Amino acid sequence: MLIPCPHCGTRPVEEFTFLGDATVTRPVNNDPGAWQAYVYERENPRGDFAEYAHHSGGCRAWLVVTRNTQTHHVLDAVIASNFKRKAKS
Amino acid sequence: MSGFRLSSGGLIDRNSMLNFKFDDKSFAGFEGDTLASALIASGVHLMGRSFKYHRPRGVISAGASEPNALVELREGGRREPNTRATMIELHEGLVAKSQNRWPSLEYDALAVNALASSIFVAGFYYKTFMWPKSFWEKIYEPLIRKAAGLGTASRDPDPDVYEKSYAHCDLLVVGSGPAGLMAALTAGRAGARVILADEGSRLGGSLLFENEEIAGQSGFEWAQGVISELASLQNVILMPRSTIFGWFDGNVFGALERVNDHVAMPAPFEPRQRYWRIHAKRAVLAAGAEERPLVFGGNDVPGVMLASAMRHYANRYAAAAGKAVVVFTNNDSSARTARDLAAHGVNVVAEIDVRRNGRIINVTGGKGITGVELTGKQKIPCDAVAMSGGWSPIVSLMCHRGAKPIWNEAIAAFIPPDVGAEFTAIGSAAGHMLLSECLSGGARAGTLKGKVAAAPECRDEAYAIQPFWWVKESTGKAFIDYQNDATAKDLPLAAREGYGHVELAKRYTTTGMATDQGKLGNVNAIAILAEASGKSIAEMGTTTFRPFYTPVSFGAFAGPFTAHHFQPTRKTPLHDWCVEQGATFVESGVWMRSSWFPKAGEDWLASASREVMSTRNSVGLCDVSTLGKIDVQGADAGIFLDRLYCNTFSTLSIGKARYGLMLREDGIVFDDGTTSRLAEDHYVMTTTTANAARVMSHIEFCHQVHWPELDVQYVSVTEQWAQMAIAGPKSRATVQKIVDEFVLDDETVPYMAAREITILGGMKARLFRLSFSGEHAYELAVPADYGNMAARALMQAGAEFAIVPYGVEALSMMRIEKGHAAGGELNGTTTAGDLGLGKMMSTKKDYVGRMMATREGLLDPARQTLVGIKPVDRSIKIRSGAHLLNRNAAPSMAADQGYICSVCWSPSLNMWIGMALLSNGANRHGEVVKIFDGLRGQHLLGEICSPVQFDPENRRLHA
Repeated sequence: MLIPCPHCGTRPVEEFTFLGDATVTRPVNNDPGAWQAYVYERENPRGDFAEYAHHSGGCRAWLVVTRNTQTHHVLDAVIASNFKRKAKS
Repeated sequence: MSGFRLSSGGLIDRNSMLNFKFDDKSFAGFEGDTLASALIASGVHLMGRSFKYHRPRGVISAGASEPNALVELREGGRREPNTRATMIELHEGLVAKSQNRWPSLEYDALAVNALASSIFVAGFYYKTFMWPKSFWEKIYEPLIRKAAGLGTASRDPDPDVYEKSYAHCDLLVVGSGPAGLMAALTAGRAGARVILADEGSRLGGSLLFENEEIAGQSGFEWAQGVISELASLQNVILMPRSTIFGWFDGNVFGALERVNDHVAMPAPFEPRQRYWRIHAKRAVLAAGAEERPLVFGGNDVPGVMLASAMRHYANRYAAAAGKAVVVFTNNDSSARTARDLAAHGVNVVAEIDVRRNGRIINVTGGKGITGVELTGKQKIPCDAVAMSGGWSPIVSLMCHRGAKPIWNEAIAAFIPPDVGAEFTAIGSAAGHMLLSECLSGGARAGTLKGKVAAAPECRDEAYAIQPFWWVKESTGKAFIDYQNDATAKDLPLAAREGYGHVELAKRYTTTGMATDQGKLGNVNAIAILAEASGKSIAEMGTTTFRPFYTPVSFGAFAGPFTAHHFQPTRKTPLHDWCVEQGATFVESGVWMRSSWFPKAGEDWLASASREVMSTRNSVGLCDVSTLGKIDVQGADAGIFLDRLYCNTFSTLSIGKARYGLMLREDGIVFDDGTTSRLAEDHYVMTTTTANAARVMSHIEFCHQVHWPELDVQYVSVTEQWAQMAIAGPKSRATVQKIVDEFVLDDETVPYMAAREITILGGMKARLFRLSFSGEHAYELAVPADYGNMAARALMQAGAEFAIVPYGVEALSMMRIEKGHAAGGELNGTTTAGDLGLGKMMSTKKDYVGRMMATREGLLDPARQTLVGIKPVDRSIKIRSGAHLLNRNAAPSMAADQGYICSVCWSPSLNMWIGMALLSNGANRHGEVVKIFDGLRGQHLLGEICSPVQFDPENRRLHA
């Protein structure tokens, strides 16, 4: 699998470390339910899935990689902070 | 002895004779032969014994699908079991041995298994070896393993080297027959980056042995012309001897290049094999089709061969399989065999076509063929049988990512599924049985853009087939899967016994398993199973195709990463100094850490105990360079650290250090360490050795994902600084001697001070007054390259105080004496409160773990919290891992009160002491509990105490 790192170009998956679901956002409130959801509750979608990937063997940027979980086709890779802004709008 | 060498023809060099040994007997062949062709030409058909029945077996195919002719190749550390004689290129001095026979291939004692074959039916393992239960492990399994086996691996180390390599291309062409050559040529001429890979020793595929006509030339001549043109193109890479074994995510292909398997020993500095990862923008499958055996009695007697293999041996290797050949077929392609053999002067005594003139019921003979019995009781003497059950496209690669092949009635075969434009099939791999279709398909697939190139003219031979799966009149054993000795009768039996699903039938009958993965037998098996189950073949479907297409050696997977190249060895900047001081090292992750520094006659405990006592009595020096060091700078550095740690760092004074505790977002402790403030916007963080990389990633995540607006930068400087701890009552006097123009006292360097200084006449250094040992102590950091020099200077400075080097064992003893939590306690289950550090959790700010740490369950007073423990009988050794129970409780999970997480011999207290996690532990100091160590059978009484067992008032720290 190849991942198009915005800094480094297309790189092999072995250079990356995956952390999981990037669609959850760290709550800014003290609602226990929101925190429970943020820390523990995860979807396991079949199809397109956005997840955090750290280019740990490269530029060290945290990316959000969108991948089809069924075909492993990589659709997109963006800098994590950019993804967050996109999700908010 | 029926095979022989034809007097002319073949792609062999008759001037280059090669000597080789098979089962210790000497033979000769020619350059260009395979082991199989050389043996056939020498009259040897018997090349192996079958898996279950130990039946004599000969070569069936001429390629990678060979199920029978498996041999142990080479000797000593280079011995490789289960290699296919059909794929081994003959070379001078080649040594091979047959497998699965005892005492010899000719006389195999276990051939008696065949007489008991009624019990060796499908599922026989499950049925026969069920009882008595105790017999399985001791009797049945060892017996089965001894009797039913393939080759044996060498126990010597492999002296050869293996490489790994990457390649990228616009078009990968898998297979170099007419379709593959045409595709490569078309793309290559257009300037695309092309890789053409073929598992064979020579490129050309079927054109190396089939009589074809292309562009007015013979197929072979046309192929040679194309190959030399491809070789002249800079943008084309030709990879013969390279099997594409798998198709993976992102159009990545795995390939095994057999760089030096065709010679006895690789040349110096050359690998035996190379493991490739090929990233292809597009790929075409031009792997061709596999001829199927027919299923009839005795279809495994040596001398029965695929019709295409028989003409392959005759045309390419000038090796005739026999003097009197019977051809048995259900399709048009075997007419080529009869024609080609006749052209070579080989007597084809009969052509039996199920569509016209009956069937072969049985082959007679044992280690060789004596004749065939036909329907209608007719008998024909012969010494070789060529069979053709039709052709199956080699679909394997296209199914590696989950798609299933599709049944095609017209050619009675499974054809590849549509997996998208990135990977397409052409030629007979796509089920196209005409040469013109192969060439035009190749031209189309090789045209990556623009108008499709024209394909050359050629001569076509029509192809038609009548599906025919099993000669039911056969009385002899009719094999479907030669390698696993699965017969035609096993599949209906599996269906009757409830294992009719194709995946279940595979496991029940073992059809399609082992090194050939059913390349020859699977379609016949599926057809017979479908019929027995009352389903169509399309409904039955195939089993799952997975990598690897053919076996790949472990050596190729490992590549060069063996022995000490398996992982890096990380040495600290003080390694040389540690060696000088006689350190014994311990591997800690990839680090080599100095563990203890023994004097003559000391074991590890004596050495570490002396190091502790010398340090506590005077002064000791320890290498602590492995601690993670992260430089944090920026206007928001303080705020950032406040959010990473549960305690506060923005309020830390410049020139001071503070112990910090990091939590995970779920509220559990993540890591700890001291972080110092060197300037308003400059901190230096330390992490534990084990978590250094994880903390760095965590910091990057928190900044880049949670708080990208913070003005902060950070970089790991673990490798840039050598760091040493100088501990003991004489530490100040020792350090003073190497510090430049600066008086060390409680004013200039108070407890928890962090100062940038110079030592030894101008060397930059950082001095921290920190203590992990409980002594008055310092940590001194110098640029890595000066580490050994600084350590030597300290040893000289401390000589008058009898300074000692101490290792991680002594360090650990002192930290347990002082109750400092380390890996055993920061174990992913403990909260700050559990470790007695609950008060560090700030209530004035947000930080990672804040919310979840306040969950009810994590604040429960009954939680297991950190305590000290010592044996009531001070002479007894306690051990970590032991569980704690109330003094009079019977052992049970419900009665469990906690466990001991760290233990050491305390030289300072002269007894074994430990740290434990105990339910409600903080309120139980002084209580006597039962130490239950079921694993080691040790049960004794322990006394709970404060985790700080040595110098509880911390007087020494401030001395």
